[in-house]
Amino acid sequence: MKKIFPHPVLSAWLLVLWLFIQNSFGLGSIIMGACVGFVLPIVTEKFWPNIPKIRSIPKLVRYIAVFLWDVLVANIQVAFWILGPQENLRPRFLYVPLELTNKFTITVFASTISLTPGTVSSHISGDRKLLIVHCLNTDDDDATVREIKERYEKPLLEIFGC
Amino acid sequence: MAFWLEIVVSFFLVAGAAFALIGSWGLVKLDDFYMRLHGPTKATTLGLGGILLASALYFNFNPDVAGVSIHEVLITIFLFITAPVSAHMMAKTALQKHFDYVGGQQDPLNHPRNVHTIQEHDLSGMDESQIPDGDEEE
Repeated sequence: MKKIFPHPVLSAWLLVLWLFIQNSFGLGSIIMGACVGFVLPIVTEKFWPNIPKIRSIPKLVRYIAVFLWDVLVANIQVAFWILGPQENLRPRFLYVPLELTNKFTITVFASTISLTPGTVSSHISGDRKLLIVHCLNTDDDDATVREIKERYEKPLLEIFGC
Repeated sequence: MAFWLEIVVSFFLVAGAAFALIGSWGLVKLDDFYMRLHGPTKATTLGLGGILLASALYFNFNPDVAGVSIHEVLITIFLFITAPVSAHMMAKTALQKHFDYVGGQQDPLNHPRNVHTIQEHDLSGMDESQIPDGDEEE
């Protein structure tokens, strides 16, 4: 079973994705989607990092809600920064020490930082313990780093555990 | 199409377009490469988010257009997966090429904790997939 479906969740997700893209739920689409869900995970198996198990769905939902809210708030904030006078901006490189260890979780963390306007994750050290983040405007480097860690890394640690 | 729905759809269209415009404006106006990078992240999140929301409302609640469309959700998912990767790659390239930046900090790559290669003792206790591919050097 493990050999035929190395990633059952991915297979199911691909099938659903295919049906949504086709926007039809006819027999032909389902067969085609099943083929996609069957073949792609096998072909791409070597690329997949070990994705850690989700420990708490409610916390994941909460994380996504917090993330979407932050995107909204930060967007408006950054809009004012862009439209306002440039001299007031204080762009900084921030150094975020990572407690996450898993490749996949770090990717989620870095992507969250990039998608939240005002911060872009720009580099990760070779030992994956330091994330360099460019921040468009911050008054206090340490406080911003603490806030990022508190808001995104801590919940991720609780959700994935590594 | 109901009048209130038209208003809601128009609101999201205009709001999304406004944020995309401000993002583009930032792309032109800001001082250095890293700051300009912040413009597109705005445009892809709230700018496109607003337009996609308008599209989803229009196509799903409009009796003149038959059927249900979930494409907007898919576009959002794909964007949220790919946009940070491209932003990260551009920032990484800029760092390696030592582009100028405002702020007067020392070169981030020279930060003492930014090790380029993994230490030997760090490898113990990791399984194979966690060992970096060695492409982190300059």
